[in-house]
Amino acid sequence: MYNFEFEKPSTIADAVAALGVEDAQALGGGQTLIPTLKQRLAAPSSLVSLSGIAELQGVCIEDDGSVAIGGATTHATVAHEAASSYPALAALAGQIGDPAVRNRGTIGGSIANNDPAACYPAGALGSGATIVTDKRQIGADDFFQGMFTTALEEGEIITSVRFPVPLAASYQKFLQPASRFALVGVYLARFSDGVRVAVTGASEDGVFRWSEAEQALTKEFRPDALMDLQINPMNMIGDLHGSKAYRAHLVGVMTKRAVEATL
Amino acid sequence: MPKDSGIGASSKRREDVRFLTGAGNYTDDINVHGQAYVHFLRSDIAHGRIKSIDTSAAEGMPGVVKVFTGKDFEGVGGIPCGWEVTDKHGAPMQEPAHPILAQGKVRHVGDPIAAVVADSLEQARDAAEAIDVDIEELPAVMNMKAAAQDGSTLVHDDLKNNICYDWQLGEADDAKVNEVFANAAHVTTLDLVNNRLVANPMEPRVAVAEYSRGTEDYTLYTTSQNPHVIRLLMCAFVLGLPEHKVRVVAPDVGGGFGTKIFHYAEEAFCTFAAKACNRPVKWSASRSEAFMSDAHGRDHVSTIELALDADSNFVGLRTNTYANLGAYLSTFSSSVPTWLHGTLMAGNYKTPVIQVNVKAMFTNTVPVDAYRGAGRPEATYQLERVVDKAARELGVDPIVLRRQNFVTEFPYDTPVALTYDTGDYNGTMDKLESAADLAGFAARRSASEANGKLRGLGINCYIEACGIAPSNIVGMLGARAGLYDAATVRVNATGSISVMVGAHSHGQGHETAFPQVVADMIGIDESMIEIVHGDTSKIPFGMGTYGSRSLAVCGSAMVKATEKVIDKAKKIAAHLLEASEADIELKDGQFSVAGTDKSVAWGDVTLTAYVPHNYPLEVEPGLEETAFYDPANFTFPAGAYACEVEVDPDTGQVTIEKFTAADDFGNIVNPMIVDGQVHGGIGQGIGQALLENCAYDENGQLLSASFMDYAMPRADDVPFYSVDHSSQTPCTHNPLGVKGCGEAGAIGSPPAVVNAVLDALNSGGKAIDHIDMPVSPSRVWAAMNG
Repeated sequence: MYNFEFEKPSTIADAVAALGVEDAQALGGGQTLIPTLKQRLAAPSSLVSLSGIAELQGVCIEDDGSVAIGGATTHATVAHEAASSYPALAALAGQIGDPAVRNRGTIGGSIANNDPAACYPAGALGSGATIVTDKRQIGADDFFQGMFTTALEEGEIITSVRFPVPLAASYQKFLQPASRFALVGVYLARFSDGVRVAVTGASEDGVFRWSEAEQALTKEFRPDALMDLQINPMNMIGDLHGSKAYRAHLVGVMTKRAVEATL
Repeated sequence: MPKDSGIGASSKRREDVRFLTGAGNYTDDINVHGQAYVHFLRSDIAHGRIKSIDTSAAEGMPGVVKVFTGKDFEGVGGIPCGWEVTDKHGAPMQEPAHPILAQGKVRHVGDPIAAVVADSLEQARDAAEAIDVDIEELPAVMNMKAAAQDGSTLVHDDLKNNICYDWQLGEADDAKVNEVFANAAHVTTLDLVNNRLVANPMEPRVAVAEYSRGTEDYTLYTTSQNPHVIRLLMCAFVLGLPEHKVRVVAPDVGGGFGTKIFHYAEEAFCTFAAKACNRPVKWSASRSEAFMSDAHGRDHVSTIELALDADSNFVGLRTNTYANLGAYLSTFSSSVPTWLHGTLMAGNYKTPVIQVNVKAMFTNTVPVDAYRGAGRPEATYQLERVVDKAARELGVDPIVLRRQNFVTEFPYDTPVALTYDTGDYNGTMDKLESAADLAGFAARRSASEANGKLRGLGINCYIEACGIAPSNIVGMLGARAGLYDAATVRVNATGSISVMVGAHSHGQGHETAFPQVVADMIGIDESMIEIVHGDTSKIPFGMGTYGSRSLAVCGSAMVKATEKVIDKAKKIAAHLLEASEADIELKDGQFSVAGTDKSVAWGDVTLTAYVPHNYPLEVEPGLEETAFYDPANFTFPAGAYACEVEVDPDTGQVTIEKFTAADDFGNIVNPMIVDGQVHGGIGQGIGQALLENCAYDENGQLLSASFMDYAMPRADDVPFYSVDHSSQTPCTHNPLGVKGCGEAGAIGSPPAVVNAVLDALNSGGKAIDHIDMPVSPSRVWAAMNG
């Protein structure tokens, strides 16, 4: 990797200041950034680690019953601490990568990176979460803007992610055999006023909501409701691990399984 | 009763203590005072003409010691190929130059263009980025069949075409073969691909070289399976160095699987640069470099045809294979699709007429060479897939069809140049049928179906030829090396023993298994014996470890050397016991006079050998013997495997539910180590069958260039194996009666897995003949919905 300065502030304000330097880069768990640096594919002037900021850590339940997770909370912590308050999300966190990844990688890092095959974007979009930053609150529907693209501005830090807790939810992930990212992952959440279905891994536009399935399931929450629905393969990812048509097919299968898992 | 020591005992692997506690000494652990670091600038273009290389900026950068390009190696030999294959018209193979650093052209992504030696690795990388290379891109030669056509772009401009050789084995009379097929009651034909693999040993390749200006000695530490072979090739063919001034050390090596047999440009470079820079130099491959510079494996495209008579007897077999050699000839690459592949096409069957045709192709890809099994998995996969397809077409039970065609009388001369000395294929199949509980399969299938899954049973038989030999025969076949091995048994004064062996252990457990043999022969404790390997300054000239040869070949040399030691020790014992040498017996570490209670202990005799006061005058002092062993024939391990899979019809996901191996390895020294070797081999075979796929795009870019896209098998991809090696027909021509077990699992498992998947799909009403490996969920789904 190229040389860079390293900062580890203990307050959000100090982190924001440190990120004001030209070409400074925030460092969460580094599960994407560190390999990128090692391959010399990025050359930040300064890395600002967010792992020393106490208020970015942990899981808590807000007054309205939603589950708020600090931006620098690791997947392993979420898997453990959200297990009773939001079991489907905890299960999602517990299936990311391997133990080493789960003990370094953070929710803020994952959501800010918005890898098209990452799990957390599906969990956040499927839950209709609110992404809280040092500047504002952004609804998940507005936050995810396509592969590796989000509403975050330069230097903006995710301080927490607030998840409304649905009546029932399930994340069904079909593994890409090499990376074990999602070849297709479907996060389904059933609220009293409707069903949300978010899909990761499948689309060239990154995580997306499958609105036809949401409408069908809101009307009638049973697996057969999906019978006549098909995703258009056109915008799906086609690669070494699966064609566009295969991914489109898997979206249907995984959604059906998510429904079955919540019944 | 299982034994608790010596031959047949499952002694715990003594080397594992250091490996598991972080006390191993791998090449990357070796650091020489004052060393500089090498970084190779590698081509990111698959095929192109180098118009210019400007290193001037790089040379001036901080820490840079020297920058090398192909020009620096113009007077130096290239990397040699160790086997000259003769084509079917009698012409030698086309053998292009294989420069250490690219000269004139780059021929694959990863081809080294330049090398920077600097004080630190980061400085070397910085300087490499400042090298200005102008390459005129040429069309990449990727498709083997297209590459064989006249007018194809040439990988090597000085060759007449991209065909290294057009080789044939078996029946040379085409008319005769055509007649067999014309008269057959049934012909089964199958087109298949044996997928390209990357070995990916846990330890990437590393080389550390130093040169002494004072003594003119070189030392090269390198990740090798055969340090003497590296020294010979590098000294005699590449750098022109006197062998006695070069020491090659292969310390602990973290897995080889074939890919560390070969002599690589990087180790020759480091040796050359150590003198040119007058400084030790070190190179450690990154995983990314390993993907684009370690020799790959397999990559065959084949058509196989099987002719059967009206009673389902195999009457003829014909294969046409394109074998990818990559851009250059790696050390043993030419032998893999020919003498290690064509010779195995008879398999376990008495097919009377066989014709094997192989075109070996140059393409703009990483060189391809031996990978666990080397040619034998490619042969077995073709044969056992076509037999399985024939059974389905004819509505015959696949086990019945195999049994009906088994070779049953030994020795058996195959139509493809081998003589199987011994075997019992029906007996081994009996073991499989019972160990795999085939009788219970129908019930297991019903249970799977009740869960919405399809269950399939795949059967496979294999034969392999190990311990490639004898040297005079392989020499006639084109080998440029002998294939014997050597051992020195050095008995110390106090009776402990150091055995210096030519074989190299990089996972095989030699340090445990070899002492079991010597301990058994003398009747002393295994802990008194130590194996020394991997250092040309310590060991006799042996050929290293590959092809499941170590115990059969080097172990036999060790037995012969130990016999010489015992013979000499008996002379000394006879003198001490005042008896005739012919009456001396050795048992449990005691020499005794037959029929008397007079005896002398092993340790007293060994001490006498080194303190020869009371000593026979005609016997030399000391107790150390060397033996070289050149086998009379190959060994022929064989086996029968059964795999049961479940297929999820909704996703195409295949899971392996049960895997049973019945192997005949002849005699077995350490059953636990043999189990482990079979487990590892099956794991790699399952990797090939379900997961691993080294893929290039049409421009020669490597799509599977990291573990993000190259799927290695993980623990949860494989089942608990059931391994049975109680079917034992000892090898008839080596003193231990052993055959070798290292590659069997990787040879026998891929067809078993694929046969099982097809059985599952056909049981679900899908008439699917074949799916190419890796049988990934997407490919299964596409076949089901095609």
